[in-house]
This record gives sequence, C-alpha cells and structure tokens, in this order.
Amino acid sequence: MVLVFAESQKGQFKKSAFEAVTYGAKTAHAIGTECHVLVLGKADDPSSLGTYGAKKIHQVEGAGLEEFDSQVFGTVIAAAAIKLSAEVVILNHSAKGKALIGRLAARLDAGSVAGVNAVPTVENGVFKVKKNVFSGKAIATYQIKSDVKVLSLMGNAIRPEASGSAAPVEKLDVAVPSGRVKVKSVNTVEGTVPLPEAELVVSAGRGMKGPENWGIIEELAGVLGATTACSRPVADSGWRPHHEHVGQTGIAIRPNLYIAIGISGAIQHLAGVNSSKKIVVINKDPEAPFFKAADYGVVGDLFEVVPRLTEALKAFKANH
Amino acid sequence: MKSLVCVSKTPDTTSKISFTNDQSALDTGNIQFIMNPYDEWYALVRALELQEAQGGSVTLINVGPAANDAIIRKGLAIGAEKAIRIEADPQSALFVAKQIAGHAKAENYDIIFLGKETIDYNGSEVGGMIAELLDLPFISYASHLEMNGNTATIHRDIEGGTEVVEVETPFVVSAAKGLAEQRIPNMRGIMMAKSKPLQVIQQAEAGDLAVAVHFEAPPPKKAVTLVDPENMEELVRLLHEEAKVI
Repeated sequence: MVLVFAESQKGQFKKSAFEAVTYGAKTAHAIGTECHVLVLGKADDPSSLGTYGAKKIHQVEGAGLEEFDSQVFGTVIAAAAIKLSAEVVILNHSAKGKALIGRLAARLDAGSVAGVNAVPTVENGVFKVKKNVFSGKAIATYQIKSDVKVLSLMGNAIRPEASGSAAPVEKLDVAVPSGRVKVKSVNTVEGTVPLPEAELVVSAGRGMKGPENWGIIEELAGVLGATTACSRPVADSGWRPHHEHVGQTGIAIRPNLYIAIGISGAIQHLAGVNSSKKIVVINKDPEAPFFKAADYGVVGDLFEVVPRLTEALKAFKANH
Repeated sequence: MKSLVCVSKTPDTTSKISFTNDQSALDTGNIQFIMNPYDEWYALVRALELQEAQGGSVTLINVGPAANDAIIRKGLAIGAEKAIRIEADPQSALFVAKQIAGHAKAENYDIIFLGKETIDYNGSEVGGMIAELLDLPFISYASHLEMNGNTATIHRDIEGGTEVVEVETPFVVSAAKGLAEQRIPNMRGIMMAKSKPLQVIQQAEAGDLAVAVHFEAPPPKKAVTLVDPENMEELVRLLHEEAKVI
C-alpha cells in the first residue's frame, strides 16, 4: 500500500496535499496496490481526499498534533506506516516534508528520495524514480532497494486530478508522543499564495532602481493573481522582504509562469528558478544572460513595458 | 556550547555538469568542488559565533575521501578548532547520516549544525536522519538562532513566513540564509588551519538503500521567442494560447 501524509494548515488541506494524493494514486497504480492517506490532527472533510484517488483515509488525533514538531510527526507517521504495512510513504517536499523525510527514512531504515518530480516505475521488481539535480542541469534516476520507500514530492510537479469519489475515514490508533520543540509564534504573510506553492510569479531585480518603484510590479501581480518575488541584491538591499528572495540562497521555486523583470539572470538566480515551466524575461539589455533561459523575451524599458503588459492582461481578463 | 558542524562538498554552481560515458555518474574531471555554502556561510559561522560569545568548541565533520581535506581545511581556516573525516565514498544520505550519528553518539554535542540542503542534490535529508538516529529534536531551515542558557530560540523558514520555536539542547539544526554572515578566511586563519587536528576515522558498516543510477541532461530548451515591447497583447496571447499558463 502507498501511504500519503496529507498536510493541513489550521484544518484545511492545501493544493500540495491534493498533488501528493494524486501522485500517491499514480504510484499505487504503478506498483499494483492501493493508495491510502494519513491525516494528523483535526481536519475539515478528509473524506474528500478520496476524489484524488485515495481508497481510505486514516486519521490520527491527539494532543501534540496542533503544532509541528518533526519528532512527534515522524514518530506517528512511521508507526502508522508500520501498522498499515505501507510499502511507499509519500510526503510533500515542503517545510514540513523536508523536516520529516530524513527522520522517516532513518526510523524505517528505508531508502528515500527527496524532491521527486515524476511517478516511479517498477520493472522486474526494480523501483526507480526521478528528480532534478544540479540546479536543474540534470535529471537523476534513483533506484531504491529497500522494501519500504520514502519519497517527497516537489511542489507543482504534478497537477491534482479529482476524478474519484469520497473515501471512508477511519480513526487510526497510534500513540502521539510529547514533543520537545515549542512553537512560540507563526508569522506568515496572509492573503497571498506562498512562493513555493505559487503557480504564477512576478519577480523583479535591480533594474527597478529602488523600492519606491515596486507599484508597477504589485499591480501586474495583482492583475495576474501572481505572487511577488525578487532577486538577491534586492533582498540584500532591504528593498523587499527576505522571504521574497528566490534563487540559490533564497527559495527555489517551479511555478507554471515566472516573469523576471529587470533581473540579469546570474547563474545563482537561475539555479532557483529554471525549473519553472515557462519563463518570461523583460530587460532593456539584450545581452542579459537570462534571455538564454527564457521562453519569451521582451527587450525594452521595464518602466514602459510592465504597465503595458498590465493593461494587456486587464483587457485579456475582462474577456476570459 | 559544544558544537558539531557537518560539512559537505558540492560542485561550484558555475560548474559545467557532465557525466561519465555510461551516464551512471557525475564526471568530476572538470568540476571545481567547494564547501556547500549553507554549511560554510551559515551553519559553521553561527557555531563559531556561539563559541566566541559563550565558550565551548566547534568540531567539523565530513564523510568522504581524502580529496575533501582541502574543503575541511578551509573550515578550519574560518575558525573551527578541529575536524574529523570519516573515510568513505558516500552514495546516499542515510549512509552519511549513519556515519555522523555513529561518531556523535559518544560525544554529547550540545548542537549539531548543518546546512539546510546541499546545492547539488537539494535533498535536506541528512539533518533529520541524524536527529532520528540520535533521538534528538530537529529544527530545519533556521534563519535565526539565539541561545539563553540551554534554551535556543530559533526562527525557521516555512511557506510564506517564519515560525518561532524554542528547544533545549541537545538538538540538530539546519541553517538557511540569515543565520549568520559569510566569513572569508584570513591569512592567519589559513596558516593556523594547517596545524589544526584533522582526524581520519574508518567508516562504520552501512548500506546504500537509495542510489542515483542514471543521469541525463534535461530536454533542450527552445530558443527564446522575442516579443515586440510595443505589443504586450501578443505576449498575453502567447502565454494563453501557446504556453497555456494563463
């Protein structure tokens, strides 16, 4: 059986959970078994995860699951995996998933691959799965030799597919240990999709000349329904908050659309964004290295091009 | 604080990546290896800052072949007082974690530091594995860490923000940007590093359960389509009809 840990935030499932369940169902199909889902703590309507291909939902409740401690969650997920005889455990490659995958692999003594982006294949009993490596410069195929396998799924690697029906929810009796990490506060930006989960991203760099000029970026992002991002020099200069910094030392993202405005495209920046499905580059310098990584390029003054693009998008949105 | 800092080697970001003829392994011939930036810039430097403020010690550990000594010496030049290299040619994260946990078990470190991930495979697995093998708390993606006695206050990066947590030593923490500022080793540090102890120990028995068996280049990217800067309606059309992303 394939067991997917479905993350929830304040009881709500996020798109990443639907991606993970869809991936789990496809993985289960590949190895000829069923996909089940594990839900930790209270959650709204877990049975709905059945529509993404889960046959059964197992829910563990208990004090200590409201806040995230990788040790508590790791112990519970591992115990559930053993109790349910899971062959493959699937997580999201998210803040929680990254903290959990190593723990689970060590606890279950399982082979693990972090950040997979394709459904595994099984041929003659050999289990293989792919991920991007070397900042997207190569794709590696991993072979996992252990009976139990742990995978974390890259965000936006697979589109959620809702085609099934609601699944039964069963309480699973697993002890929840007490944790040693106390969460004091959580500070997140409300109202926008966090960058790692965003499908559309509008990002700007030093070409903006100063933080006072960001209005045109925010307007473009607003019309598009995109999340804003920035390059490292912009974050380092304090023009934009640290959590907007994408690139090698910031956040690595893979949205469907990445619009880079006034960013030259240093290799360290590309390392964090070149897995994006489509890249638009707007830059006045036709020699900017970013154009080599772009699908669409606009050579022009961003202070003229960006408002024009915003207007064109407004007209498009009015008709679609 | 008695700290252990796990350091890994990784190809420099600007390296051209190619593979052996049978595409089963990285061709290391033309690659410049560096210390993984998250290990060097943030994990190691924060460990050194804690030592400077409150005393204690900073030990480096690496799992790898003798060729890694150059990277380890750089860490000593930045300020760690001693280093351990576990002689091995590691193929998987769990193998590395078992080696490090095997050493750390008897040493009672207060904090085990490492970078949030390596910039080549981006797995971020080893920290959680070490924590699990040693039954320790693990705080990942730390961008701020303050100690008050044995209690650490840590900001960890999460989707769209940060979470502030408290944890008592001992624990494992992985470092993100913001935890410290990069330090460049000076000449005195480089000279002193040559005589600092670098102990080589033999690997413990541990198998590889997940290994990369094949590498390929991503599908070639189509040349950029240039759009007239006066005609953004055309760009919108392409994004909708051709790219199908809006």
